[in-house]
Amino acid sequence: MNISLFVACFNDTLYPETGIATVQLLERLGHRVDFPREQTCCGQVHYNTGYQDETVSLAKRFVDIFSDAETVVAPSASCVGMIREFYPKLAILSGDRKLIRDVDDLLPRVYELSQFLVNKLELEDVGACYPHRVTYHPTCHSLRMLRVGDAPLRLLKKVKGIDLVELPGAEECCGFGGTFAIKNADTSMAMLTDKIARIKETGAEVCTASDNSCLMHIGGALNRQREEVKVVHLAEILASTEAASTETNSPNSGYKKSGSQNSGSTESGPTKSGTPNP
Amino acid sequence: MSSSETGIHPTFEKTARSFLDNSQLRSNLGHATRTIRDKRRGVVDEMPDWEELREAGRQIKQKVMQNLDHYLLQLETSVTRAGGVVHWARDAAEANRIILDLIKERGETEAVKVKSLTTDEIGLNKALAKEDIMALETDLAELIVQMAGDEPSHILVPAIHKNRSEIRDLFRDKLGKPDLTDNPAELTEAARRYLRKKFLSAKIGISGSNFAVAETGTVAVVESEGNGRMCTTLPQTLITVLGIEKIIPAWQDLEVFMQLLPRSSTAERMNPYNTFWTGTTEGDGPQEFHLVLLDNGRTQVLADPAGRETLHCIRCSACLNVCPVYERTGGHAYHSVYPGPIGAILTPQLRGLSDKSAASLPYASTLCGACYEVCPVKINIPEILVHLRGRVVRHNKNWGGIRGKVNPELMGMKWLAWTLRSRSRYERAQKMARKGQRWFMHDDVISKLPGMLSGWTAMRDLRPVAEQTFREWWRTRS
Amino acid sequence: MVEDPVMSTAKEAILQRIRAALGDDQPGWGTQSTREDTRSLNIERGYRTHGETKKQQRVGLFVRHVEEYKARVSQISEQKLPQTVADICSAEKVKKLVIPPGLDEKWLPGPESGLTFLRDEPDLLSYDELDKSDAVLTGCFRAVAQTGTIVLNAGPGQGRRALTLIPDFHICVVRREQVTGIVPEVFWDLEPVIREEGAPVTFISGPSATSDIELDRVEGVHGPRRLHVVIV
Repeated sequence: MNISLFVACFNDTLYPETGIATVQLLERLGHRVDFPREQTCCGQVHYNTGYQDETVSLAKRFVDIFSDAETVVAPSASCVGMIREFYPKLAILSGDRKLIRDVDDLLPRVYELSQFLVNKLELEDVGACYPHRVTYHPTCHSLRMLRVGDAPLRLLKKVKGIDLVELPGAEECCGFGGTFAIKNADTSMAMLTDKIARIKETGAEVCTASDNSCLMHIGGALNRQREEVKVVHLAEILASTEAASTETNSPNSGYKKSGSQNSGSTESGPTKSGTPNP
Repeated sequence: MSSSETGIHPTFEKTARSFLDNSQLRSNLGHATRTIRDKRRGVVDEMPDWEELREAGRQIKQKVMQNLDHYLLQLETSVTRAGGVVHWARDAAEANRIILDLIKERGETEAVKVKSLTTDEIGLNKALAKEDIMALETDLAELIVQMAGDEPSHILVPAIHKNRSEIRDLFRDKLGKPDLTDNPAELTEAARRYLRKKFLSAKIGISGSNFAVAETGTVAVVESEGNGRMCTTLPQTLITVLGIEKIIPAWQDLEVFMQLLPRSSTAERMNPYNTFWTGTTEGDGPQEFHLVLLDNGRTQVLADPAGRETLHCIRCSACLNVCPVYERTGGHAYHSVYPGPIGAILTPQLRGLSDKSAASLPYASTLCGACYEVCPVKINIPEILVHLRGRVVRHNKNWGGIRGKVNPELMGMKWLAWTLRSRSRYERAQKMARKGQRWFMHDDVISKLPGMLSGWTAMRDLRPVAEQTFREWWRTRS
Repeated sequence: MVEDPVMSTAKEAILQRIRAALGDDQPGWGTQSTREDTRSLNIERGYRTHGETKKQQRVGLFVRHVEEYKARVSQISEQKLPQTVADICSAEKVKKLVIPPGLDEKWLPGPESGLTFLRDEPDLLSYDELDKSDAVLTGCFRAVAQTGTIVLNAGPGQGRRALTLIPDFHICVVRREQVTGIVPEVFWDLEPVIREEGAPVTFISGPSATSDIELDRVEGVHGPRRLHVVIV
């Protein structure tokens, strides 16, 4: 299948390893991946903060850039949620008939990564290996807006070597909410503190999710508090293979930089000494 | 508008900060909301047709709003036919005046009152007190709040922020019972004895109402303690204040809401008492019934097609109990009788966006969507929050004077959108940020940012721009 | 804020605001004819309108749900009613029992029970007399199995609302055939009563209760603190 990657602006800028992992995973599964270079941002930040006029111009851009794509896949549940849920409404509000038509035409071809794998490709085992203790945080937008259901968990369960532990209070928001984390920083932090306590209860080495925005929030506090737990995007876990698992000793992290990021291979935590290898 | 609720209040974020430090409040609230939340899930899960009921509830309310003038006139006719008297009030002052006059004409100085958000909204008790009429709150929690000179903090459990020992101390003092323990049963008994005397001698009862049936003129009060029955049955005169959005078309529609409301609000299959009365009945209950139809900003909400759905609310409070923000800040941070997610969309629409406190409410949410999921009439709260944020932005742009036009957020957002509209500008910005961030970096992360962004880095590190962005990596491949 | 037009009454002003809000003042948009259409629009009522069809199961479910409210339940045959009422009264130390007009006299215990009957006719009992009574004995209009609810509509044998509100103990007789399955059925049954008589309706689901103090449920606040349901 020909897949056009929408990487999302913050993945592009702050989390390139997530985009790289997505490319490697999709190519490993035998698909052709293209990255339309004109892409920037879906407009979610503007929309959620109340700048709807500005969002319309970004939505138009997005639709133009991807109009010819066979399939669009994005490793970000909140961006796909934005596109699927709000583009049609924005288009109607803008009164631009062409935009309404184009959005209608494009939407059925836009997928969040885990939904693409499970629902479209009907895959659960993507041949990944990730021998670490992992807990999964279902982000609000993937859970309640995009309704990805258990797609990410079904994928994770089939990962070789993984020790998947349930996150208590998983469905509760981490307190990110885009500009909420800045406008209502104290309340946001109170929510995050509880989320981090739950994550630590699991004893996981890695907290994963299908959205780096929430992981940036969770990871930002974990890092500040010098916690050992790392945040890793779902795509990176699914891209990890047995071969990669033998290179380094720790799971890939949202923070510690390493040369492998630039070399383009998704670093992946190999078996830690003492971790049983299935 | 002249709601007595209007006044200068601080913004949500300012107040929230002070409540977050109150660990007693947070533990009371956390316990309470978790308990109701779990119970609600249980009684909702046993309903195989819950989604069909929600959809019917939504459709009925939508139909009401589209034909509100018609149903109000129909209600007036049915209530009058059944022996009641209907009054219309444009705003709080007008409603309070009507009620005051009714009480004074009857030469009374005291009224018993059943918990009602609508009468709280119009500040009825204070308005009556100014003219030496005592409105006695008879709901246990409202009595506690009234005695403490406090404000309610939850739609359904107004004293949710007080624990048993705080209540014991209050009752010891106000009821003159120095030997009271903090056993809830004993505290409840003390309130029962005190209020019973009042009920049996009351000449005037005041209530709000959950539903009013246009077709039959039937008015409903849904409650647990029996104080609603007391207030609507025993006094000679009953005055009920009804927000105009509480109307439903037909008697049959009650079968929908009487299933949705109890399970969503108190998490019961049915709450202990429901009273439905139709005008007056000879020899049974009040012989005089006055229904005050209240606008007080509701037609303003109706005028915004994207926000109109807010009027569908049946005041169950399920959205409060699942809201992670409400759970941490409590109800007082919302500075309104309508706290939580529903308050965050209702208050700004009722009061208007020039009220800074009200205008801060649409931002008091992470848009996590938990409220929408539990709403028994499917109000899309997150979407209305975003819509209202848009209205706040436009309001500040148009009415905020020069400060509104050059506020840093607006400028930042405009610049950001401009940047994102062109690949070359976007790529240049990435490179510039990578150069500039050196000044903020420490141990490979950004740990201190200036201005608005300092809210983030006060407690969280930020990932810096990557040494090689994804698009730079992609270029190396091809 | 919509400007109040020059109108004399609040009623006209509010109606005017509503029509303006709904766009009736804009030509070609939301005209009266389309508004009529939305009013006659049928609501999709995909929810259940009938519950359990077997009487035995309905009664069983009703009993279970009433008991969850901590009400007492007895199931007996109708001819045993006088004895059962006498037993309940003696166990609960009831001396003065309120009897609503129209209650089946065959239900009442004989003089050997030592009970004093307070009757609400020909003269109405005062609130004070009701307050000093020990209990009230009534029938009901319906009972709902799904929710454990007793429905009163001030019909014969139920009395006016104050009778089932002021006494501290309510003994309510429910005939097995009065137990309906789910909530919509009882609203359906009530509709003619409401349309024709406008009778007051009360739903009782267990004794009054409050959870206002730390969500600790306390039974019995302002209404009767105890409820005994006798199914015949």
